[in-house]
Amino acid sequence: MDQIRPQGDGAPFPEDGVPPPDLADLLKRAGRADEKAFAHLYDATAARVHGLALRVVRDPAQAEEVTQEAYLEIWRTASRFDPARGSALGWLLTITHRTAVDRVRSADASTRRDTSYHQQNQPVEHDTTAEAAQASLEAHRVRSAMGTLTEVQREAVGLAYFGGYTHTEVAKMLDLPVGTAKTRIRDGLIRLRDALGVGS
Amino acid sequence: MTEIHALSGAYAIDAVDDIERAAFERHLAECAECRAEVASLRDTAALLAGTTTAEPPAALRDRVLDGITTVRPLPPEVPTEVSTEAPAAQPVRRHRVRLLVAAAAAVVLVGAGAVAVTQPWKDETAPLAATEQVLEAPDAQSTTLEFPGGASATVTHSDDLDQAVLQTVDMPPPPEGKVYQVWLDQPGKGMVSAAVMPVKEDQVLLLEGDAATATGAGITVEPEGGSTAPTSDPIALFDFGRSA
Repeated sequence: MDQIRPQGDGAPFPEDGVPPPDLADLLKRAGRADEKAFAHLYDATAARVHGLALRVVRDPAQAEEVTQEAYLEIWRTASRFDPARGSALGWLLTITHRTAVDRVRSADASTRRDTSYHQQNQPVEHDTTAEAAQASLEAHRVRSAMGTLTEVQREAVGLAYFGGYTHTEVAKMLDLPVGTAKTRIRDGLIRLRDALGVGS
Repeated sequence: MTEIHALSGAYAIDAVDDIERAAFERHLAECAECRAEVASLRDTAALLAGTTTAEPPAALRDRVLDGITTVRPLPPEVPTEVSTEAPAAQPVRRHRVRLLVAAAAAVVLVGAGAVAVTQPWKDETAPLAATEQVLEAPDAQSTTLEFPGGASATVTHSDDLDQAVLQTVDMPPPPEGKVYQVWLDQPGKGMVSAAVMPVKEDQVLLLEGDAATATGAGITVEPEGGSTAPTSDPIALFDFGRSA
């Protein structure tokens, strides 16, 4: 079984027999203002980008704005993508995540606080708002890998990544001593990385 | 493992505040190990994101593809960012950049930067001889930093000329009723006003004050007209690299 790597195989459904587009190549062409390449890039990644935006900000209208803003930023900065520093999909989703996190931490901070009690009392790994939980082989393996984390690691990673909370906020939510949530997040991500064989 | 190293995971998935992000990025510039770790953890997070996909509405595709037609992609990063025209240009020493982004200002910069329209690279009106002298001085030293939205600011100082110049590219406008004010950090005096920036994306501005004694420069967001001392946290700090 091949190791799962986001490098270049960003198509959500790689098992359908169609060769997945080379995202790094599409990005490179987009950096030269190739709108057609960018449209292909969008088609190959929009479900993931929008899924992440929706998961973090939760409000569908705002998620659309975040998705649009993220793609605009991807278009503007495509030439800055460096394959030596990670996969193309990882780069796209890093921009998306940052855009989503900036959104939830600014204008809607107060609104969002109202729902945080509800949110923090749900198992983090169970998505309650997503439009679709992908039942692909890859998603299954990621979920299995999540199962290798300690409960605290899993919760800390989930609250930080999908909740958009800082490690300081996560520490408070999980009743951890200040400064230890960042270690849990790092340990959890490293364990996930090794379980999934990323970057090897 | 140093204390700062432990922040790699939180940094990789944006679980840091602005101050921590700036601190960790300073560390990243010097730590190849952390750069590799952050890259691998970001790729891991990307797989995590793959567990939740959601097809966006078809109309969003049109909005995105329409939107990009009015936005110019940034050029690739090249090693030399200043004085590219000067023949046999002096090597530009880049100092460690300290970048602190106040949360409110960062939102403004990100928001405005994301919709920045194409700007002609050169539209500086009436470049002043004084600024050119500083930029081309044999001892000129530059510090460039980039804002989250793609804007960049460069401070070049020449101790021989006692002067410093600020250059900005794609700088978004300040919030309504506010201005960007530039300061020189003078030993014993603290931040001394060096200029109030005109509202202009790309500009070259000569800073007032003795740049040869200053240890750095900063930019803050101030009420219109400027302040006599900074009233907000700096959105950018430039370290002139003078060891204490």
